[in-house]
Amino acid sequence: MFDQDPYPSRKNTLNVPSDTTFFLAFIILSFIYIFLLIGIIVADFKYVDMNSIKRFFNDPNIIYSLKLSIISCTVTTLLCLLVAVPLGYLMSRFHFIGKEVLDTILDIPIMLPPIVVGISLLIFFNTDIIIGLETFLQNFFNNPNLRINPTFTVVSVILAQFMVSCAFAIRSMRTSFDEISVRQEQVALTLGCSRGQAFLYIILPRAKRGMVTAATISWARSLGEFGPILIFAGSTRMKTEVLSTTVYLEFSVGNLAMATTVSVFMIITASIIIFLMRIWGNNQHEKREKIHD
Amino acid sequence: MRKGKKFMIELIHFEVAAGSFRLSDINMVIPSGKYGMLLGKTGSGKTTIMESICGLKKSNFGSVLINNINVTYKRPAERGIGFVPQDGALFSTMSVYENIVFSLKLRKWSTKEMEHRVGELGELLKISSLLNRSVVNLSGGERQRVSLARALAFFPEVLCLDEPLSALDQETHKEICDLLKKIQHLTKTTIIHITHNPIEVELLSDLTYQIQGSDVKLIFDRSKNKLMGVNA
Repeated sequence: MFDQDPYPSRKNTLNVPSDTTFFLAFIILSFIYIFLLIGIIVADFKYVDMNSIKRFFNDPNIIYSLKLSIISCTVTTLLCLLVAVPLGYLMSRFHFIGKEVLDTILDIPIMLPPIVVGISLLIFFNTDIIIGLETFLQNFFNNPNLRINPTFTVVSVILAQFMVSCAFAIRSMRTSFDEISVRQEQVALTLGCSRGQAFLYIILPRAKRGMVTAATISWARSLGEFGPILIFAGSTRMKTEVLSTTVYLEFSVGNLAMATTVSVFMIITASIIIFLMRIWGNNQHEKREKIHD
Repeated sequence: MRKGKKFMIELIHFEVAAGSFRLSDINMVIPSGKYGMLLGKTGSGKTTIMESICGLKKSNFGSVLINNINVTYKRPAERGIGFVPQDGALFSTMSVYENIVFSLKLRKWSTKEMEHRVGELGELLKISSLLNRSVVNLSGGERQRVSLARALAFFPEVLCLDEPLSALDQETHKEICDLLKKIQHLTKTTIIHITHNPIEVELLSDLTYQIQGSDVKLIFDRSKNKLMGVNA
């Protein structure tokens, strides 16, 4: 009874739509973006001239800017990991009153234009409380030069980068911890671990890949940070100038070639980092390909 | 506190909740050295009870006593319970050997003592040939054995098994079943084994409780050869 079609007069043919149309549509849509992306990068490279390249490697301002970029991005990345790992873990594993609210607050720097973060930092460090605290500490240590307000100093560069990058790092680490199942940790606790030991011996080794991702995101965002650095750190040559603000400065005085040269340098740096991280990531992945979770 | 009777595991007026359900006024006792079983359908709360006994989940009310000590407010590490979850949950970044000695390293055993203990367990559980292997790529049966070895290493008073036979094929099922009987007999560890499969009651248990709705009732006592009030 089940092997006979009750409506034999119906044509039992199936017209499968073409797959070619599907792929063509998707490829064309993708290609629009890829074309633009490659286009702007190639245009940049073509605009660079020998003079600008020479100047790039010889101008002390630019060399300082380069050094500060590398140092500040590295310091910021370490600070981001220092905060994102514990906070990501806590947000992933524990429930508490007000968690939803905290979640929202932590996402704010991701949603806002970074320049808003810059202005907010400027205002925060110039509130009465901070100035009052600074005055108090100056009197207490009898040092009129003591400053806790980092505005327009190198510290402010790091702080500006940190406030934005850390939000991304926290999100990344939280996702990372969410994906590590709780079971192994629970077994470790029953075997005699404190929560700290379980974290150190069981979770951390499995979070390495996530940490590299979070570090890469932090480094990349810090390098690209512009608005808050301009507002909060200023962009004083030989003091608080970083590569992103160099591009802006050169552009604003009409040196488009120089601005482009610095841009090209940043494109190359970003590419190398992404490439290295990808290779490292694949290497780790192959080693642990068959892990059951 | 009961005087005179030696219970290894006792739940008194115990209440747990997880998600939408609640099990209240649970009173369970398992005497020392006996094989206890908790039978319940999927989702009935048996894993929650086990997690609460181990200290991995907070209970709402009542007490857990292990060897007459009230451990209700103690951390999992302080309860001396060996926990074997479903699927083993072996530490994926460590070798079989490192998994087994994990609890011993925490207790600062010497290398010699650890090696000796691993030797004993390797023989008991037939995993001596696996020691240097990574835990990735072990078969289901091998994973269970290593997980058992890891849980037994530090001589726990209680062994908690979460559906140890559910994920195994028929042949391995019999193997591990025999192994569990052997472990109970040789190590005199008190065992709680949770499962949804009533067949295991007759095969293994000395004492079985069943989750019936929001209650937990004793349904089988091998010493009295009694089967009572079973809900299929």
